[in-house]
Amino acid sequence: MLARRVGTAVVVLWVAATATYLALLAAPGSTVDTIIGDGADSPEIRAQIAREWDLDRSPLVQYAAYLGRLVRGDLGRSYLLQRPVSEVLGAQLGSTVQLAVAAATLGVLLSVVLALVTTGRGAWARRVSGTVELAFVSTPGFLVGMVLLNVFSFRWGLFPVAGDRGIAALVLPAVTLALPIAGLLTQVLREGLERALDEPFAVTARARGLRERAVVARHALRHALLPVVTLAGWVFGGLLGGAVIVEQVFGRPGLGQIAVTAVTSQDLPVVLAVVMLSAAVFVAVSTLADTLYAVVDPRLRTAVAA
Amino acid sequence: MTSIASPQSTQAQAAQAQPVQAEPVADRPQATRAGRRWAARPGLVLASLYVGALVVAVVAPGLLAGDPLRADPLNALAAPSGAHWFGTDYLGRDVLDRVVFGARQSLGIAVGATLVAVVFGVLLGVTAGLAHRYADEALSRGLDAVSAFPLMLLALLIIAIAGTGPGSLVVAIGIAMTPHYARVVRAQTFVVRRAAYVTHAVAFGAGRGRLALRHVVPNVLGPVPVLAVIGLGEAVLIAAGLSFLGLGAQPPAPEWGAMLADGRAYLHAAWWAPVFPGLAVTATILSATVLGRRLQRFFEGRRA
Repeated sequence: MLARRVGTAVVVLWVAATATYLALLAAPGSTVDTIIGDGADSPEIRAQIAREWDLDRSPLVQYAAYLGRLVRGDLGRSYLLQRPVSEVLGAQLGSTVQLAVAAATLGVLLSVVLALVTTGRGAWARRVSGTVELAFVSTPGFLVGMVLLNVFSFRWGLFPVAGDRGIAALVLPAVTLALPIAGLLTQVLREGLERALDEPFAVTARARGLRERAVVARHALRHALLPVVTLAGWVFGGLLGGAVIVEQVFGRPGLGQIAVTAVTSQDLPVVLAVVMLSAAVFVAVSTLADTLYAVVDPRLRTAVAA
Repeated sequence: MTSIASPQSTQAQAAQAQPVQAEPVADRPQATRAGRRWAARPGLVLASLYVGALVVAVVAPGLLAGDPLRADPLNALAAPSGAHWFGTDYLGRDVLDRVVFGARQSLGIAVGATLVAVVFGVLLGVTAGLAHRYADEALSRGLDAVSAFPLMLLALLIIAIAGTGPGSLVVAIGIAMTPHYARVVRAQTFVVRRAAYVTHAVAFGAGRGRLALRHVVPNVLGPVPVLAVIGLGEAVLIAAGLSFLGLGAQPPAPEWGAMLADGRAYLHAAWWAPVFPGLAVTATILSATVLGRRLQRFFEGRRA
């Protein structure tokens, strides 16, 4: 069961790595040109660069070397910075991880509170909360970020305007990133809660004299949280994609900033590394979530055993 | 992001949105009834009006606004007023004019990308659905691999390879969104493949190509328009995001994302310059989602 999942995950990653490699081959313009940039240019220098970067080998040999490096965790060298990519990423990885973890925590908390408050309060509450969720999901991060910056940083001076200096600088970016996640998760949670409250066990709990709040918090919530677990991969993807924008808005260092700079300067190894890293974490998170699903839900365990 | 369909909630909302009619209405004029049904759904009305305005802005922006490039430096960073409803930007250009003219660029990229995604999605989905087990497995794993990349990052990778500019954005967003459509079409193909009319066509000796084109493709397209409307909202979001990063339309061309990036430097002095184009993006996504869900309910109801 687990072995099969991991096997699928490895195949998906291999296909992803191959696809990105093929895309690189299809890229117009010569790699040597990019590496030379505005530097000295002569046939000898070109030949030397080609040798240094293995560009004179056949594509198949290069592909094998690329896969081999990926397996060893070697992400290659940046064309422009002339440093190993892992060094470039490593320096700023922490900042993005911090942001993502803060935003995910906030998003989940917010959605649980919103769902608990609005469930079972009739059609009116559902309408309001539906509208709020839709607004959260539909408002782009750059708009939310700018409004927050304008109000809380420029007007009220509560938080720093830019950079990555301690907890205070983390608040606004994390809120910006958390809202769309909270919007989607609340929708899923509220549906789960409503479905669970119609189940026989909810009736039993009520018959035992539990108050409605207690039925929701102690019984229905557990069921409603299950579908949320399966969205873990999606949430992670949204966080990384959102971080690209949010880091730009708040002038925060991180993987997103690195990626955008690398895209504009055509530093393909760096872009590739960020993209492959995110795919690897996505696959890991999804696989873990699927496995966790069976652990959290005992019914699935018996189904597998039977 | 906005594309996660929720059948339970849509059905619940549909049931709840039905107007309760306590008194006989047969003798009422038709228009009043229709008017009341619209009034019961303010979101739908607003979304339709906004989409109407967008269509005009794309087809004939001159009807709604003046020259988006006319600079008036003496009047730079002016707050919203009667003369400039959305204020002016750092060059004194009217923000409303630029938002209206920006619709063509922003929506053009999103519509183009959605078309690319739909065409590739249908092609791949039907192929996978009709193909031999192993070919289907290979295609499906390929789609899994593409969707393992967060949408935004995959688009960044494609732009890194293909270069910046609106054309690249269309291709990048289109490819990144393809698996979404391909999955649905593949599942739909599996259903259609077992239908009696397909079996009959095979019995009458229809070739593979003819079978796919005449019998399968028209019948798997059902859910695609609805998906495309909802997906369009997401495409607008990503397109504006990439343009905001400076990878799409280049200044001084009016484009919502680029305007946001432009206005960012003056945020402390003139919030209106970045906020109004941002609101235009939000309203577009909201409208696409509201209309898409409405269409979905309509088609679900008709099929049932």
